[in-house]
Amino acid sequence: MYDIKKIYEAYTTDEAIKLKKEHPDASFIAGGSDVLVKIREGRMAGKELISLQLIDELKGVSLEDDGTLRVGALTSFTHITNDKLVQKYCKTLGEAVDTAGGPQLRNIATIGGNICNAAPSADSAATVMAYDAIIELKGENGIRQVPVRDFYVGYATVDLQDTEVMTAVKIKKESYENYYGHYFKYAMRNAMDIAISSCSANVKFTDDGLVEDVRVAYGVASSVPIRAPKVEKTLRGLKITDNNINVFAKNALDELKPRDSWRASQALRKQILYEITVRCLKEIRKEYQGGLNA
Amino acid sequence: MYVGKSVTRVDAYDKVTGRAKYTEDLMKNGTYSAKIKHSTIAHGKVISIDISKASQVEGVIKIITCFDVPKHTFPTAGHPWSLDKDHQDIADRNLLNEHVRYYGDDVAVVIAENDVQATKAINLIEVEYEEYEPVFDPIESMTKGLKPIHDEYPDNIIGHTKNRIGDYENAIKEEGLIKVEGWYETPIVQHSHIENHIVYAYQANGKVVVVASTQIPHIVRRVCGQALGIPWGRVRVIKPYIGGGFGNKQDALYEPLCAYLTTQVGGHPVKLDSDREETFVSSRTRHSQKFHIISYVRKDGTFVARKLELYSNNGGYASHGHSICAKGTNCFHQLYPCENIEADGYTVYTNLPTAGAMRGYGIPQAMFAYESHLDDIAKAIGMNPLELRMKTIMPKGYVDAFSRNENYYDTFREVMKVGRKVIDYDKKIEEYKNQKGNIRRGVGLATFWYNTAVYPISVETSSCRMVLNQDGSIQVQLGETEIGQGGDTAFSQMAADVVGVPIEDVHIVSTQDTDVTPFGLGAYASRQTYVASFSIANTGKILKEKIIERARKILEFAPKNLDLVEGNIIRTTDKRVLATLGELATESLYDKKESEHISAEATYTIRNNAYSFGCSFAEVEIDIALAKVKILRLVNVHDCGKLINPRLAEAQAHGGMSMAVGFALSEELKYGDNGKILNDNLLDYKLSTTMDHPEFEVYFIENPEPTSPYNTKSLGEPPTCSPAPAIRNAILNATGVGVTRLPMNPHVLFPLFKEAGLIENDYEQDMKYDL
Repeated sequence: MYDIKKIYEAYTTDEAIKLKKEHPDASFIAGGSDVLVKIREGRMAGKELISLQLIDELKGVSLEDDGTLRVGALTSFTHITNDKLVQKYCKTLGEAVDTAGGPQLRNIATIGGNICNAAPSADSAATVMAYDAIIELKGENGIRQVPVRDFYVGYATVDLQDTEVMTAVKIKKESYENYYGHYFKYAMRNAMDIAISSCSANVKFTDDGLVEDVRVAYGVASSVPIRAPKVEKTLRGLKITDNNINVFAKNALDELKPRDSWRASQALRKQILYEITVRCLKEIRKEYQGGLNA
Repeated sequence: MYVGKSVTRVDAYDKVTGRAKYTEDLMKNGTYSAKIKHSTIAHGKVISIDISKASQVEGVIKIITCFDVPKHTFPTAGHPWSLDKDHQDIADRNLLNEHVRYYGDDVAVVIAENDVQATKAINLIEVEYEEYEPVFDPIESMTKGLKPIHDEYPDNIIGHTKNRIGDYENAIKEEGLIKVEGWYETPIVQHSHIENHIVYAYQANGKVVVVASTQIPHIVRRVCGQALGIPWGRVRVIKPYIGGGFGNKQDALYEPLCAYLTTQVGGHPVKLDSDREETFVSSRTRHSQKFHIISYVRKDGTFVARKLELYSNNGGYASHGHSICAKGTNCFHQLYPCENIEADGYTVYTNLPTAGAMRGYGIPQAMFAYESHLDDIAKAIGMNPLELRMKTIMPKGYVDAFSRNENYYDTFREVMKVGRKVIDYDKKIEEYKNQKGNIRRGVGLATFWYNTAVYPISVETSSCRMVLNQDGSIQVQLGETEIGQGGDTAFSQMAADVVGVPIEDVHIVSTQDTDVTPFGLGAYASRQTYVASFSIANTGKILKEKIIERARKILEFAPKNLDLVEGNIIRTTDKRVLATLGELATESLYDKKESEHISAEATYTIRNNAYSFGCSFAEVEIDIALAKVKILRLVNVHDCGKLINPRLAEAQAHGGMSMAVGFALSEELKYGDNGKILNDNLLDYKLSTTMDHPEFEVYFIENPEPTSPYNTKSLGEPPTCSPAPAIRNAILNATGVGVTRLPMNPHVLFPLFKEAGLIENDYEQDMKYDL
């Protein structure tokens, strides 16, 4: 039995905004895989909820005219993984969300919920950061586009204002075109688990095979999902050798703040963050070189 | 004949279609919900409880605190009651406790109309404590001289087993001996059965009726009677299907409290439905144990003298008391017989959640220590671990002086021979020598010692009732419970064979109801099939004799020329079918002159026990830099006598191996400085998933067990006993690192690999970009 005061059902985004205006203390619920857990634990017990689950316009993946990949906020993880556009243009996103929980969870969990819940371990988070995605929000004052790196403002907190509903996550063509990506989730189990640490990387190569651009983002390496912008600059123009990968991974640690907790020691987290950065970049190199030889 | 065949589970269709009823399915609407207020300190005394705010919550019916409940204590262990006062289980519980012994102890209860109201009220109860210094380590608990956890046990020691064989001190003086010494430790783990503990109770016909997810209905009846201080016959316990128990439900958990609660609200139905967090903290766990082992061996591997100290962390209450530690201590000198033994096992109270029975009853812990130590000896003397075991392990004909259990076959060597071949052990040992690099493979093995039932420590009794229906089918009732292990199917197979009816005509009554079901002690140890086989054979024989006698009257043939085969009365001389059992049954029940209800009921007191042995072989691949172990292969080989149902036997082994994989690699209940359990949920408590398992491989050697009417013996617990040390020894083989504590997860492995200098690509070294 769940302690829910009242639940309002929205069928369109505008209805959701209106309901939020009328009931400012109410919380949004999408798939429920985070909110219901919090209600059961008592953290959100006795609250009013606005359900977004039946808003069809927020579901699905499309390609906009300028080549931007648009993923509706209510699109489930299962849908994203199986989506042809995602597989073609941003396959790392589909692979990343496929590591969350088990099949039942992935059928209900939505990417908007996963991003707005803002857990540092969220499986979509590191990858949308690595793709330099844009979060689209709609509220009573209209639409706002926020770069995802500015959207996470603190532990479990996002820049979602008053009546705003997240409507989509968007990845621009220049952010995915010719990039090779990889997501490495390090967890204690091979399923039904959250990350101890995760790394998502995107690399673009020059015609000579040098690194033209690299973006690397981490889960559970700080209080929010984070990029490592300083070290990203240092690899540009270099060869992607084993040594350079190691140096990059080592220097990335300087921008991360892994915690020491009963879930994992800081020493273990640092080792893992280092090692999974190395492995992400090696996987990317392998795919890039495989593509060249094909 | 059905015994030995893989017949379909008798409950398969009901379980997969959802028709099978579990405790929660049986409750009526309007059942009150009770929630427990748990202590937020690990050791202390409740000074006062303020329920004024909680009482105001809408829907609250009644609040009961530790000051309100009966003052006498009761035992909870699911052991048969002992007529000998000295062997009775420790009675150290109250329904609610003023003296709290662990973080999560039960201090008050709210009864409300629903869960949400009860939870709200629980959160508003204010408890004031006087705090005592808690202790979490068994050795510290024995030696630190703190305020006793139970006043009756001033040094916190629940029990001490002291085994002495030969003269250890003198034997170790022999020149040229190699001394191998090690400490080994296992964590607290939890059964994690799918169905949390759940019970509801009401009063009817002058009785308290308790419907519970339990393995042991007849024992729970006795414990409820003791706890409430009412005659045992005034308690009626009903056990429907249950979603797993693994020993946790071989204890009276919240049944006594729930039985008491209904008496406080005029007999209205009250439920206590534990959530997962409560199941982790406030039911039972597997003992964390520490082992200190010293072995003196000759260079050829002969064991000269061995010493064991075992410290078993029992948590705040006695539950099964010392019996689990005693079992592990007693198998030390049996598995590898040695002329000079000094072994001491201590069970100690601490301020942690209470440990009780869990699949393997202390042997998974003992095997981790003993079999890890064996590989450490092999390493120290430079001998192949398999060869060392072949040389030193229990021989054929060994008889344990206490239990009189006899090793009738050379089981250990036979099972190891099978495992060696299946996993290609000798080739792998060669192949995995001198590995370099980040990914390394290894192979390892471990054996296990086990026995089937509880004789001669406790009574072993089984009772059975069989009733012939009008159509020639039979009802079978037993006190041995179906808890998911497939007992009902094995019982049906045996009943069909002994009576001589098709298995479709055997209707096993799965639900135990202590008002109706013949007395039996339920499901525990690995004894259901073994002990039930005696009473089924006995009762079936009586029923059959009665049927033949009835047939004699009707058919007028000499009984010695009659038999009942597959539901037909046949003439043995020419196998002619003279009548069907259906015809005979109808005639018998509706005969106007002499009607007869044909039934049989009998008890069998079993006065022996049976060893059950086997081994595991594991092959692993280690990713050193990620401190991760992947199990490539896991092979279990068992000698559990003749298989009653090969497919169910294999499935049971799979379940046990799965449990062992979690024990080996990922499961551990962690606690903070204040004794609070940190990971009381299935996300943070890392139960392994099928994605973490290889395809399990199971082999059986079917040496007929001479003491059983069906030549069978235990398999329920054994599969979980040896995989963890086999995996540990495979890791040793792969990396040279001998892990001494479970679980072998990255938290434990990373520092060990780092210390051993195995992490080649270390970020702590200086590096610069190649430009």
